[in-house]
Amino acid sequence: MNESMDFLLWTRGTAFDVSVAIFIVGMLIRLFEIVSLGRGRDLAAPRGTEFLPGIRTILSRTLPYGGTFKRQPLTVIAGYLFHIGLLVSLLLFIPHIELFRETFGFGWPGLPNPIVDAAAVLGITGLLAALWNRLTNPVMKMLSDSEDYLVWILTFLPLLTGYLAYHRMINPYPLAMGLHILSIELLLVLFPFTKLMHTFTLFLARWYNGAMSGRRGVES
Amino acid sequence: MTGATLERGLNAFKEQVDAPVAAFFSSCVNCGMCAEACLFYTETGDPKYTPIRKLEPLRRVWEQEYTVLGKLKKMLGLARPVTDELLQEWQELLYDSCTLCGRCAMVCPVGNDISYMVRKAREGMVASGNSPADVRSAAERAVRIGSPMGLKYKALAAQIKRIETESGIKIPLDVEGADYMPLLSSMEIINFPEYIEALARIFRQAKVSWTLCSEAFEATNTGIQIGSSDIARELVQRIVDGAEKLRVKCVIAPECGHAYTSIRWEGPNLIGRPFPFKVLHILELLDELRASGRIKTENLSNERMTFHDPCSIVRKGGVIDSPRELMAMVSTNFVEMQDHGKWNWCCGGGGGVSANTNAEALRLKVFKRKKDQIEQTGATKLITACANCRLVIEEGLEEYHVELPLEGLTELVAQHLVEDK
Repeated sequence: MNESMDFLLWTRGTAFDVSVAIFIVGMLIRLFEIVSLGRGRDLAAPRGTEFLPGIRTILSRTLPYGGTFKRQPLTVIAGYLFHIGLLVSLLLFIPHIELFRETFGFGWPGLPNPIVDAAAVLGITGLLAALWNRLTNPVMKMLSDSEDYLVWILTFLPLLTGYLAYHRMINPYPLAMGLHILSIELLLVLFPFTKLMHTFTLFLARWYNGAMSGRRGVES
Repeated sequence: MTGATLERGLNAFKEQVDAPVAAFFSSCVNCGMCAEACLFYTETGDPKYTPIRKLEPLRRVWEQEYTVLGKLKKMLGLARPVTDELLQEWQELLYDSCTLCGRCAMVCPVGNDISYMVRKAREGMVASGNSPADVRSAAERAVRIGSPMGLKYKALAAQIKRIETESGIKIPLDVEGADYMPLLSSMEIINFPEYIEALARIFRQAKVSWTLCSEAFEATNTGIQIGSSDIARELVQRIVDGAEKLRVKCVIAPECGHAYTSIRWEGPNLIGRPFPFKVLHILELLDELRASGRIKTENLSNERMTFHDPCSIVRKGGVIDSPRELMAMVSTNFVEMQDHGKWNWCCGGGGGVSANTNAEALRLKVFKRKKDQIEQTGATKLITACANCRLVIEEGLEEYHVELPLEGLTELVAQHLVEDK
């Protein structure tokens, strides 16, 4: 029991501070790397504007185009399932919000535990479906490299350990919590250096796409 | 293009990486959705044609030169280098199986503009000597002779003379101070001279002040297709020189997709300054003439017609409504294809593919997408606004034994024009 308690304290102390620091510094470096490359000024006379079409594309790409949904329903459904399951578990689970409140002094309302529990199950299911898809869909199979599987594991572990801890399926409890926190720290440390970065860079990518098209008078 | 080496290629790739490219590569999660938007994948089922995969050489350069971890991996010898072998293998992917149609850029969930990057990656292919020989020689002809098809002004002069004799309409040439200077594509001069006559008749009726320029009539730009900004710049500069010499107010891009991209969108960036004249696509000008009542049509056809949107003009050019307005001027029975406008499917011959014999068998195979799309409409006539699309579609339909007449939209407007005799 003592050993597992020490482990939990370590994950909540030193390991947490180090991983959050790596995450923040890494993120700043990566975003700087991208934005500092800049973009040449477009000298062609514009037909439309850039800003609003850019914002529009940021929002519109959240929904799939009907034609591709029909062709690849599994990719779309599995993608929604695990993203929604993950975000609900992360942001609307009351203990997570309480941790945030303790750290930053403010929070927001959460969802009842059974709903978050269901969301976590859907998230886990979605991730498993996405993995199966990656292993069997010929296009995804060909595209995927070790990093794709690494980020899958990094995303899966926090959901899995959180679920196991919540249901007391690992004993003793401090060990379960310690593993859950450690899995998140692993995610944080590798986040800036893997394609997990898409969480943030997709806003840049969508904006550039929408803005460049918008300038030509096309809604993209 | 002399002295192409791997080193120059790598430098060219490096120069092409900008913030959008870095944001795009950082965001890709290999979901494979872009494959479903690409006719080279949908018609072959071969995952190697997945659009984002075509960018692997550029992606490696970005990762190894512009990310902390990539630089570290390169230092430790853990990075996969870009080699001549890789680039040779990728020639098929970056040229034969991409028409720069940009449809993939419309569906990517994270918003990656893949065709923007293919255009850039081709610069590295040219600099490293990995562009297809056919497109390269077309580009060389364009620089040396003035047209990718090896066409000189003499050929245009002969067509002008013939059209003037047959139609009795004078075609203005090198008139200083004219309002509009239309450009032509070699294909129009050789295969579809009807286009020039259609222009002459419409402009006469609308009392448009216009002129052709004997020193700058070729609109096609092989530099854009092959991915050589040096060549593209030289070809754009000829047009700019011609237009500035004649002091025209507006240059008119012809019925040709990539010509519009090159003069309208890339042109000023290639020569490094804004143009002192406007650039319009011919369909935009015709639509303006329609809207202001300067041209009218009569005896509208009730034949079932559909319109093929040239990618460069519509999805990548923004000329979306004008063709619809003009179709309504000539037909009472116009039907849209299922995916149309910015969602159209490419004919399979854009972006230099039709000039590339290595790509011929593949191009005819993937044309099935367009063929099916056309057949679904039940149309008995197909209209388009790009001489290259037109030739590619004619050839494709022949391959699939489909009989269907094709016409350019400008000609069709001229046919129904109300003219004061």
